[in-house]
Amino acid sequence: MTDIAPRAVTSGGRRRPGGGGPRAGTVIAFLTPFFLPFVLFYLVPVGYALWQSFRVVRRTGGQYGTSYTTFGGFDQYTQVFQNSEFWNSIGRIGLFGIVQVPVMLFVALVMALLLDTPLLKLKAFFRITAFMPYAVPGVIAAIMWSYLYSPQLSPVVDLFQRIGLHPDFLGPGAVLWSAANVSTWLWTGYNMLIMYSALQSIPQELYEAAKIDGATNWTIAWRIKVPIIAPSIVLTTVFSIIGTLQLYAEPAVLRQISSNISSTFTPNMLAYAVASGNNYQQAAAISVVIAVITFVLSFGFMRLTSKKAGL
Amino acid sequence: MSNPSTIRESRGSRAAVMALMFLLAIYFLLPVYFLIVAATKPQGELATTNGLAFSHFNLFENLRILFTRSDGIFGRWALNTVIYAVLGAAVGTLISALCGYALAKFRFRGREFLFSVVLGGVLVPTTALALPLFLLFSATGIVNTYLAVFLPSIVSPFGVYLARIFANAAVPQELIESARLDGAGEFRTFFSVSSRLMTPALVTIFLFQFVAIWNNFFLPMVMLQKESLFPITLGLYEWNGQTARAPLLQESVITGSLVSIVPVIIVFILLQRFWRTGLAAGSLK
Repeated sequence: MTDIAPRAVTSGGRRRPGGGGPRAGTVIAFLTPFFLPFVLFYLVPVGYALWQSFRVVRRTGGQYGTSYTTFGGFDQYTQVFQNSEFWNSIGRIGLFGIVQVPVMLFVALVMALLLDTPLLKLKAFFRITAFMPYAVPGVIAAIMWSYLYSPQLSPVVDLFQRIGLHPDFLGPGAVLWSAANVSTWLWTGYNMLIMYSALQSIPQELYEAAKIDGATNWTIAWRIKVPIIAPSIVLTTVFSIIGTLQLYAEPAVLRQISSNISSTFTPNMLAYAVASGNNYQQAAAISVVIAVITFVLSFGFMRLTSKKAGL
Repeated sequence: MSNPSTIRESRGSRAAVMALMFLLAIYFLLPVYFLIVAATKPQGELATTNGLAFSHFNLFENLRILFTRSDGIFGRWALNTVIYAVLGAAVGTLISALCGYALAKFRFRGREFLFSVVLGGVLVPTTALALPLFLLFSATGIVNTYLAVFLPSIVSPFGVYLARIFANAAVPQELIESARLDGAGEFRTFFSVSSRLMTPALVTIFLFQFVAIWNNFFLPMVMLQKESLFPITLGLYEWNGQTARAPLLQESVITGSLVSIVPVIIVFILLQRFWRTGLAAGSLK
């Protein structure tokens, strides 16, 4: 003990003021390759979108005057909030999220819990089949499912018809849920694996004590395992909320075969449609609003759940 | 505990659990199975035969048509996908690793601030960036080039976050200190010692970034008009939109989808253990 203290002092004295470690130049050399593109392609676009969203296009003189952009205050935002298509797209995606996210995460949780019990055989097979869709990009997943939805080609529609049912997966009421099914197919296994990894890191001794007290597998699963992996469940929920609000590729593909998906079906599709009409300021305002809603919902959910857990 | 009634009960629940898991497995496999069956059929039999049963084996002809259509544009899309997703993820992993390592192992002022900026970046949805990036890139003239998709794709705040966690866990501080005492420069220490200890972590970061780029449809769609620059996803999307006018494209969309997902699925299954380490670290927070 006595000879450790002086050594610490000498090594502290040898170092440059401001802390140990490498020179400032070296630190900058490690950080710049990431931070330069991060600033250019993440922070600058965010700032640019914000700036654009406060601009408006005006014309000098009458209809034939030249156009110029100028500061417009909250004009663009007022327009967003007065746009019924915006609220429709938010409503659609809200309904989608309220149903699809809990269903998907519940299935993922049940699978993770079952994979974590001795009840199950062929675990590797079940784990791999569930995770496999994660390798498929959203566009290709939607193309695959659109063939299973199409009345001409689908073997699933065939099967239903044989038992006298005539489902219309692309009909006005059903198409939202057909899109939800593509998302569920894509992401259940990924979320399951996050929860399963968390379950695997719980020490087994914890269960043994419960078993001695006579707890069943069911009680252990819902009373011990689920509360312990609650942070993972919160994490997957936040990821799912973010993903839902960004929805674009899947409905865009289904739109190619269904007239029941408009060009403004989701908030992102609306933003793209508005930008395609060269109204970049309005598109920027829509993007900012979507991003703010995403932040508020994800943080709100995290706060809510951590308060409930008393953290 | 092992009286006959509990054994019967556990057999019953075992069977129920297996049945449930098999149903879910069928759900996950069905679209891929359908795709395999459809890719082996001639175009004319797609609508006339049962979608879940094989008929005339025409896979090789379908592949020939796929790769020769429009002067072999599909091969070009595949190559582009490799450039965007594989090369992009490789470069991205390198810069994330350098940055995450520095944030974990070097002490300097503003370290925590920089890390929280990166964490904020994790929550920025990439689709929100595509439109403003398009405007910025059109002003600089790199819209509709490889760089327009490649450059934004190499940035992964989540990769930096993972690299910092992994560097903390895998590289002992004493090792870095002793390398310094031996007079090795920081870069030499990183490339010859630390990066080796971090290799499994780097594979995980690479995989996550690969998926992010492979999945990012919005960015290339906003940036690219020239077909020869498309990644596979955008190309197949365009073809899929033309099938109403050119129904013969259908078979190529199906075969092309199969050709592009099979190698990725195989690699993912082979590298399974890296996913699990990454997902476990991601949920630690």
